[in-house]
Amino acid sequence: MSKILMKGNEAIAQAAINAGCQCYFGYPITPQNEIGEYMSSKMIEIGRTYISAESELAAVNMLIGAGSTGTLAMTSSSSCAIALMQEAISSMATAEIPGVIISVMRAGPGLGDITPSQADYFQSVKGGGNGDYRTIVLAPSTISEAVLLTQKSFYLAMKYRNPTMLLADGILGQMMEPVEMPEGNAFSTVNTDEWALDGTGEGAQKRDGRSLMSLHMGDDILERLNHRIFKKYAQIEEKEVMYENYLCDDADIIITAFGTVARVAKSAVNAAREKGIKVGLFRPITLWPFPSKELFATAKNKKCVLDIELNMGQMIQDVKIALNGSVPVEFFGKTGGAIINSSEIYNKILELSKEKQYGTNLAASI
Amino acid sequence: MEQTLQQVFKRPEPYKKNYNYPFCAGCGHGVVLRLIAEVLEELKIHTKTIATASVGCSINLDKFYNLDIVGADHGRAPCVATGVKRSKPDKIVFTYQGDGDAATIGFNELMHTALRGENITTICVNNTNFGMTGGQASATSILGQVTATTKNGRDPKISGYPAKISEMISNCDGAAFVARVAIFSPQSIIKAKAAIKKAFECQIKGLGFAFVEVIAACPTGWKLKPVQALEYIKNEVTKVHRLGIFKDFTESMA
Repeated sequence: MSKILMKGNEAIAQAAINAGCQCYFGYPITPQNEIGEYMSSKMIEIGRTYISAESELAAVNMLIGAGSTGTLAMTSSSSCAIALMQEAISSMATAEIPGVIISVMRAGPGLGDITPSQADYFQSVKGGGNGDYRTIVLAPSTISEAVLLTQKSFYLAMKYRNPTMLLADGILGQMMEPVEMPEGNAFSTVNTDEWALDGTGEGAQKRDGRSLMSLHMGDDILERLNHRIFKKYAQIEEKEVMYENYLCDDADIIITAFGTVARVAKSAVNAAREKGIKVGLFRPITLWPFPSKELFATAKNKKCVLDIELNMGQMIQDVKIALNGSVPVEFFGKTGGAIINSSEIYNKILELSKEKQYGTNLAASI
Repeated sequence: MEQTLQQVFKRPEPYKKNYNYPFCAGCGHGVVLRLIAEVLEELKIHTKTIATASVGCSINLDKFYNLDIVGADHGRAPCVATGVKRSKPDKIVFTYQGDGDAATIGFNELMHTALRGENITTICVNNTNFGMTGGQASATSILGQVTATTKNGRDPKISGYPAKISEMISNCDGAAFVARVAIFSPQSIIKAKAAIKKAFECQIKGLGFAFVEVIAACPTGWKLKPVQALEYIKNEVTKVHRLGIFKDFTESMA
């Protein structure tokens, strides 16, 4: 596939269009504005729906409306405004209404800063909304991967009738690089005939009314529903885990990182490998479902795991749960919108190898 | 034997065969919901209708409507309906909301849906209080109205003035039909049905946003007997929330 030079946000938007997204609903917020701007012209040009909503509340509820009819639709936003959408995301999960939410993280808490961050791991993975539910969360580390995962988000949302989030950060949204852009949809279409709302119909097609609700009052109704939906979540955990394992086999130290940080970490791993330090990278691509079993197996008998994030330590909780005390876990993070560069990670690897003696034969090589 | 009896009352087609109204005695919702069902059937659009339920007593649509129904979070029904209509422009889409939902928490969404001229129909049952949660004051509660949160009557110095939403929506250029009707007598019910019918005809003709505010009784919330509640609508509520057609493009632009 030939590559074209594109900005991350615009590539995500074009990938959604190619996946067959029929409706885009959005409200401006930095650093994801190019998605809405791109959609405002391209979607109208090809006769699809673009709405500049009055708020993120409105945008995500329009997404619910479109999703309830089995229509491929998406919204995009960032951090403090994704926070506004959480009530609706929880409702989508329990009403089993599909929809794609692109989250391009900026620094928080509060209005924070417009600079990149990964501080919304908890918000997206643990659910900022109320009740027992899960959001499928995909975290790309390159623009080409963002393109593919955007398309996969539509597929997973429809397949499992669940809100699905593409979790990118401001770096990925704002940077440009050569991108592989599939002309159409890289994933198959999911049939929605069994549940989507389109009217009760007439004649031979006539059927009883369907309802997609998030209120489930009455004896045992919600209890039974939650258990049924959690069986679906168990299937997702079984079938949809994605991760990257880079130079982990012979490593003493395993770095865990997601998104852009994982990409920076990969450079540091290469630099450390050149110096003979045995370090590898384990990159969760699905943040929920989290690749717990895979991480546990990868880190088995390793000296330590170094978790690196653009926050004060959020994914590290899932890392520790996955490892279940089998390996020591160290953390390196930055918050407030500062970006981690590869030499900082490299120095951290050196520190762990040398001072904390997690590496082997380091005295000889350094 | 020759058939001489004429059927004058029947279950509307959009109703389920077995249904129960979950409403209190004297509540206006049952009448309004029946009027909507009759209109959908008369216009022969119920088989291609997608309804949006909202939060409050208005959430109960799926208990008795045999229609496709999507539930919305509190105040967001016009947004959900927008998403439905934009995905399925050939379907008939309406929201069924109360004043707590449409005029209070969902005021912004309601106004912007009107401003966009979204080609949907909104039926707002205004009973000037939060009925489901126990009769607290809403944005439309009238001055002096005694509620669970205005025990000495709504005092503008403490809780401001009632929102007159039909007047406000009629100022939105995207609104094509706006009416305020009431449910307190047979005549008023006939007028209410006529307005609801026009609001759906407006959508069929693709003219823009259609809004019908129905003043209806909440005897439980108002702490009045059902008959007293009807008197209260006639003598008090409609003095503030004036009845009438505020805008009607269905004639001029048909």
